[in-house]
Amino acid sequence: MKTFLYMMCCAIVISGAYWAYKENYRTQASLRRVSDLQQQIAAERESISVLKAEWAYLNRPDRLRELVDLNYDALGLLPLMPDHFAEVELVAYPQVQIEANELVDPVSTSNSGSDARRSPDKEFP
Amino acid sequence: MRTPLRPLARVLDAREKGENPDVIEAEERAIRNVKVQMRMRRRAESRLLVLGIFFFASFMVVGARMASLAASVPTEPVSTASIPQIANQRADIIDRNGEILATNLATTALYAQPPLMVDPKAAAEGLAQIFPDLDLAKLSEDFSGKRKFLWIKKKISPEQQQLVHDLGEPGLLFGPREMRLYPNGKLAAHILGGASFGKEGVNAAEVIGIAGVERYFDETLRDPARDGEPLQLSIDMTAQSAMRDVLAGGVKLMSAKGAGAILMDIHTGEILSMASLPDFDPNNRPRVLTEGDQSDSPLFNRASQGVYELGSTFKIFQAGINLEKGLVNENTMIDTKGPLKWGKFKIRDFHDYGKQLSVTDVIVKSSNIGTARMALAAGAGAQQEMLEKLGFFDAVPLELNEARQTRPLLPKRWSDISTMTISYGHGIAATPLHLATAYATMGNGGYKVKPTIIKQKGVQPDREQVISERTSQKLVKMLRAVVTRGTASFGEVKGYEVAGKTGSADKPKPGGGYYDKKVISTFASVFPASNPKYVLVVTLDEPSIVAHGEERRTAGWTAVPVSAEIVSRLMPILGLRPNVASAGNLQYTAAGN
Repeated sequence: MKTFLYMMCCAIVISGAYWAYKENYRTQASLRRVSDLQQQIAAERESISVLKAEWAYLNRPDRLRELVDLNYDALGLLPLMPDHFAEVELVAYPQVQIEANELVDPVSTSNSGSDARRSPDKEFP
Repeated sequence: MRTPLRPLARVLDAREKGENPDVIEAEERAIRNVKVQMRMRRRAESRLLVLGIFFFASFMVVGARMASLAASVPTEPVSTASIPQIANQRADIIDRNGEILATNLATTALYAQPPLMVDPKAAAEGLAQIFPDLDLAKLSEDFSGKRKFLWIKKKISPEQQQLVHDLGEPGLLFGPREMRLYPNGKLAAHILGGASFGKEGVNAAEVIGIAGVERYFDETLRDPARDGEPLQLSIDMTAQSAMRDVLAGGVKLMSAKGAGAILMDIHTGEILSMASLPDFDPNNRPRVLTEGDQSDSPLFNRASQGVYELGSTFKIFQAGINLEKGLVNENTMIDTKGPLKWGKFKIRDFHDYGKQLSVTDVIVKSSNIGTARMALAAGAGAQQEMLEKLGFFDAVPLELNEARQTRPLLPKRWSDISTMTISYGHGIAATPLHLATAYATMGNGGYKVKPTIIKQKGVQPDREQVISERTSQKLVKMLRAVVTRGTASFGEVKGYEVAGKTGSADKPKPGGGYYDKKVISTFASVFPASNPKYVLVVTLDEPSIVAHGEERRTAGWTAVPVSAEIVSRLMPILGLRPNVASAGNLQYTAAGN
């Protein structure tokens, strides 16, 4: 019985020691990983800040204005002026375009007229 | 093999000889005892030895640990994940919409350690080739002399770093640096100020603000507890850019020496844009002038540092005093027969405005005589009290050191003649920022505002009321009349109901007296008149323009058109819609193609 107790104690001590040893190395490995990740985060942050700075630099109003002036033909952008504002009431309701021959042709003034105008072949195959 | 205590052979032998066989037993017993003793002794000795070795080993371990602890550098035990690194050394500065005005950029500093150099001459030549601004002779001298360490460049680009690297000189070394970058260049240069390096080491350098908000908020920007939270200004970057653009156009057109403009929220005192020309690039801040007039330097902020006699723009304050005291109403007739003689002084008007004008017309036509008479009626005390409340006795408490150090110039002795001239803005000099602050009070219902460059969450609580809301409304009406039928007719912007007052003052000569043809022309305005939201002050330094065959310098021809252009460009940017009812038949123009 005594021997058995001794053996048990020994086994517990050895397994405890093994566990502590393993945990220790696992902890160290985790810490190394954390510090690696943190370095990576710091590097990413730095590149983000560089990109942000570059974005701000490329978006500076002076440059945008020059680009708008250079590409006036394509963009047609002008500085926003007070006369660009308007009340909704001032915008005219879009006029329905009526073609001259539409009135002459009684078929196209029917309900299905708009479709008929676009594809008469389908209406009368 | 075990020997018996009484061996039969010996016992028989002893019996034959007639000896006592017990002796044999005793002998055997003695031998046995000795053996047992010997065995016990050996066991004890071995135990002692084991124990001794154990103790020796333990003490050796303890000793070795003590020695290693004593000899090694102390380090903190790493038990938890360390705190994440602080992203930036210095917080960013952003505008009211979150656009970046100032940020940091990682860069490299170049330094040399001549004792490590292999070929100092080639190194000097190589550096002079990469950096044309370096002096070859001086570099060679430094590298071959006794110096052990020297800085060569504080900031170099990655390309330059590669070129230096390619020289292959072990004595040329790089240190990491964080530099301040202002991506928008000259935009808001006077507000941002600039930064430079403080204490420098090989591995890092301290970035310190040297002017503007960078200096005023230096501690805040560097505070690690803020965790990189950016500093948000009240400036609107787009508005600031448009203002600078328009102002630069105005300066060119009017061939002015410089200009300053401030746009302020009339209720909160937030400065939405503040420009001063000429300006500079804060990335490459010019040196402070060592001689001559500091106001000629591009570093000089005409809007917050330029102390000028602001002329007729002050007349509205006198009208405010007299209205507030109940001495007049807006239609009371004031004697404007000129010239007004007071002792040996004579006060004249630009034109003769006849015998009398109503208070409104005194402002509209900008009559010096009328205002001077109103000042005499109200007295010096009332004038001083009002100007003090409006902030003309102190520096403006703006978050810029330059503004805080700029005190207005007041007369040494506040005589009657001072009272009269001050009523139309002569004999008192203040900055355009003072004027904007005072106009904000005049236009916002009479509440005192504290100008600020930091974004606010709303109107400052418990504002002091300087004039009544009724008076304020009347004053805005008068200012509106100045634009609709007075000296500032070019200031009208359809839909924005600009209300303002012009001011043109001759520039004082350094030795005393005034220049004949050099003026400071100012237009201070509040708008929209029906519900004022913004204050705009535009000041041009020595403008002149030829119009209708005549050279014009007065504010009506110079500052006012520039101001109108600023209003029409900035208000759409800030999202203030034109008031269609007041614009009359506003035409809709389709934007875009």
